[in-house]
Amino acid sequence: MKYIDEYRDQRIARALVADLARRVTRPWVLMEICGGQTHTLMRYGLDELIPPQISMVHGPGCPVCVTPLEMIDKAIQIAARPEVIFVSYGDMLRVPGSRSDLFRVKAAGGDVRVVYSPTDALKIARAHPERQVVFFGIGFETTAPANAMAVWQARRDGLQNYSMLVSHVLVPPAIRLLLSSPQNRVQGFIAPGHVCTVMGYREYEVLSREFRVPIVVGGFEPIDLLEAISMLVTQLEEGRAEVENQYARSVSYEGNLPAQAIMREVFEVCDRKWRGVGPIPQSGLRLRPEFAAHDAERIFKLEEASVEEPGECLSAQVLQGLKKPVDCPAFGRRCTPESPLGAPMVSTEGACAAYYQYRRHALVS
Amino acid sequence: MCLAVPGKILEIAEHDGNRTARVEFGGITRPVRLDFVPEAQVGDYVVTHVGFAISRLDAEEADRTLRMLEAMGLLESEGLAAP
Repeated sequence: MKYIDEYRDQRIARALVADLARRVTRPWVLMEICGGQTHTLMRYGLDELIPPQISMVHGPGCPVCVTPLEMIDKAIQIAARPEVIFVSYGDMLRVPGSRSDLFRVKAAGGDVRVVYSPTDALKIARAHPERQVVFFGIGFETTAPANAMAVWQARRDGLQNYSMLVSHVLVPPAIRLLLSSPQNRVQGFIAPGHVCTVMGYREYEVLSREFRVPIVVGGFEPIDLLEAISMLVTQLEEGRAEVENQYARSVSYEGNLPAQAIMREVFEVCDRKWRGVGPIPQSGLRLRPEFAAHDAERIFKLEEASVEEPGECLSAQVLQGLKKPVDCPAFGRRCTPESPLGAPMVSTEGACAAYYQYRRHALVS
Repeated sequence: MCLAVPGKILEIAEHDGNRTARVEFGGITRPVRLDFVPEAQVGDYVVTHVGFAISRLDAEEADRTLRMLEAMGLLESEGLAAP
């Protein structure tokens, strides 16, 4: 496939790695924010290919992983109601809430459906005017415009039986939290290429200047990531801290303005709790009051309860790059993709699932 | 979750008032909404996420970077890279 195969070229990958090995003089700790990038690193073994001085830690960029337990519990409450068709992206179904998950709701007779696009849920709502169709609107800035468009269209078309349970999160406030932590050891970031496709990278310049940290906007293929790592190491070795754009074939400085416009029209910024991380100020999106008629949290009476994470799961530290999945005593033993303790083992983009899938668990067993 | 894939626009039409394309991804075609890339035309490559195109790929930029990387790969394989 054009624009994919050429970015998997072994010869170019070897050249980038050899060039990096010649230039790196000191140990550096880098973080890729996005779970999709974690997946590429593991799938192609890039973390083992790069010079040993460079250590990759994995960031919180997996929306399924950071959706708070309380929100999963709300989804479960709604999905169990007989009048509801609950519609979600597939990964959310196996994520454990405090007592159950959406798959178990489905097994017990709940009408839970998986779709590819939020507009598919609009079609379901049109086909079932007698039912309440609730879409689980999760994701980062990449997904927010599509979810916003679905709500906007529902209002335009007067679709009264369509609502969204919104648990959107934003990347820059999470990077700010990581950089503000006294435990932080990350010296350079690969910013998420598809989030920046939508948002541009102005917000990352603020972070880079304030914390004197290099940030490179990176793509998702192995050559993209190796080039982004190389650009970060170049900056670090030269003592620079700037924002650079490796993924320029998709990302512009301003980002996608029509996508940002629909996001702003439908959503507003709010504080949000991240699973495993805790509350982060101004790190989420919720529906604006004008769209209250499509806001599942306002339509359904839901129990609000703060719940604790299972004590054995290290996902909080994994999501903040403080621990690797294999540091967890439960990893690959009591916690597997079939029977996950925490969300990073559920989502295909979760760091724990990536380590498990690509057999890094053999290293510890 | 932020997985987004480049595909080629084969055809553009209006569906329910929305500009929608038929986009080919490695032999599979799917409908893709073009609301966020009004400038996209047939033959362009768009990066698509949950049924919406989020960018039109900059072909010139991609070719330029790739030529540079390929030159680097060629030098390396011929043992001509700078020490």
